[in-house]
This record gives sequence, C-alpha cells and structure tokens, in this order.
Amino acid sequence: MAAERPDEHRAENGGTARSATGAALVTGASRGIGAAVAAFLAAEGWPVGVSYRSDADAAAAVVEGIEARGGRAMALAGDVAESETAESLLGALEERFGPVLVLVNNAGVRADGLTPTIRDEEWDRVLETNLTGTFRLTRRALRPMLKARFGRIVNVASIVGPRANPGQANYAASKAGVIGMTRTVAAEVARRGVTVNAVAPGLVDTDMTEALSSDLLEAVPARRAGTPEEVAACVRFLASEEAAYVTGATLTVDGGLSA
Amino acid sequence: MATTTVTRENVEEKVVEALAELGPEPAQITPDATFESLDVDSLDLVELTQVVEEEFGVVIPNEAAAKLTTVGDAIEYVVAHGS
Repeated sequence: MAAERPDEHRAENGGTARSATGAALVTGASRGIGAAVAAFLAAEGWPVGVSYRSDADAAAAVVEGIEARGGRAMALAGDVAESETAESLLGALEERFGPVLVLVNNAGVRADGLTPTIRDEEWDRVLETNLTGTFRLTRRALRPMLKARFGRIVNVASIVGPRANPGQANYAASKAGVIGMTRTVAAEVARRGVTVNAVAPGLVDTDMTEALSSDLLEAVPARRAGTPEEVAACVRFLASEEAAYVTGATLTVDGGLSA
Repeated sequence: MATTTVTRENVEEKVVEALAELGPEPAQITPDATFESLDVDSLDLVELTQVVEEEFGVVIPNEAAAKLTTVGDAIEYVVAHGS
C-alpha cells in the first residue's frame, strides 16, 4: 500500500547487475555478522530491514551508518523465537519497501553446557531461536519470493553441527537442523528462481564468541579468527543474482578449521 | 486480509486468473481439467492456495489440498469453506 516505487531502487543502485526490486531482511542485525551483512546488502542497493531483539540503540546505529552511505534501512524490533515475529517483520518491511526478496537468517543464541547440565529451557531457547525462527521466517518469506520468481535465502549456520564441539549440543543440533532444512527447502523452490543456502562460519570475532578460549585459535590453520565482514562477503555473494545456480549449498567460512 | 466476497463467480474468476499466471493457457483451464493435465505441480498448488487465502480468507490445509485433482475441486472447496 505505502510501498515506494519499486523501480527506484535500481536507479539508485546506478543500474548495476541487480534487476530484482524489493527489500532484504537481516535478522540479528544490530551487531556482529548481521550488522556487516546489512551494511553489505545496503551497499548492493537493497533497502534493508535491520531486525534486532533487544539492542535498539545498536540497531539504530547500523541504520544510521547505512543511511550515511546513501543506503536505505529500517530498524525492526522482534524476537525470532516468537511465532508472530515473521509476520510483523516482513509486513513492516513490505509496507515501506516492497516485497522481501532477500532473507538472511542470522539471529542466533547459544546457551552452552555439557549435555548433563543443559536444562530444558536452555535446549528450547536455542532451538526456538536458531532453528524454529529460521523456519518461520523462511516459510513467510517464500510467499513474496515465489510470487516474484526470485528470492535469496541465506541461513547463517555454523561449522558446529556438522562437526562436534563439546558443550554445545543444543547449538550443534540447531545449526545441523538449519543445514538440513536449507537443503530440503532449496530443492522445493529451486524451479522458481529462489535459492536457499547456508554459510557455516568457524571462529569469528563477535560478541557471541568473545568468551571462546584462545587455544581454539591454534586449531585454526589461518591462525586467526575471521571477521564479520569476511562472513558477510560470502552472504553477499549467495544473495546476489550471479549466484543463481548455487542452491542447497553450505559455504564454509572457517580459515581452514574443518578442512 | 480477505478482500473479496466468496461467490462462485468470484472464486472461478480468481482461480482461473491465478492458474493462468502459472503457465496454462486460459482456454484450457476448465472446471473438469485436472491439475496434472494442466501441468500444475505441487508448488503451483501451494501458490494457488496462497492466492485463495489472501483473496477470500479461505485456508486450504495440506490434507485437503492433496485431494484436489481438478480445477473444479479447488473452486468447490473455496465456495464450500468461504464464510
């Protein structure tokens, strides 16, 4: 209804390769990998929904940063673990910027502990946010994407899941689940020009990994943690039109840790 | 969300319009035509159910959708379940 003229985006983008018109949504975008992805997608010409759960100031700063560089963005509050969040986030974004054609499911939490100590609440919280939240947003976002015959869904998984990491049974289950879901949804919608992929970061320097010990670094062949931007660059590729034939894939971004 | 009143005429018109967007020639889309003969696959049907839901507020659950074999079946379902 109040959607801005969709063909504006292309002109603003200097007429680059992107011909799809609509918006991008990045969950958990107030910091870390999500913030970097939001900035990169905005630079590609997408109006970006910067969704966050708790840190409104940080999300506002991400939006300001994007706008300062000539991009368009809006901050959107919402906990992806809640069932109504998918509708509220996409509805708000669609009203302002048009159909959501890029979805980056990045919001994630961890609640670590060795398995005997993980409480039901800690299991549920991690699965609800990382896996169920990703599912619900995917389900909702496929509507405009199928209609548009174009869509890019990129799920931020982890090398934990495909690989073991003691103390993260809940997190590993959620991320392995995301990778499994990515492959099946990809197969379901491939013939509509919608791709669904995952990135699997290793040790990346964010608030979430702050507490991880430095001896983990010694196991990384690159001998350093990755940056949010290095993960975001992979997401940007998977979200691009050029990546049209990549679907159901998981791109590992781990400095060689699982090589 | 639902904007259109459920009458047989409205439903027919919308269903045919939605199916035509999915590929088949409008002339082929008759009530007796099976989805199979129109080359309308399961994902097309999902899109059709979404159009119907948005237009008429009628939700077609998976179990019911699986039983729809002709265009007429879909129209009947929506007419019967429209408020």
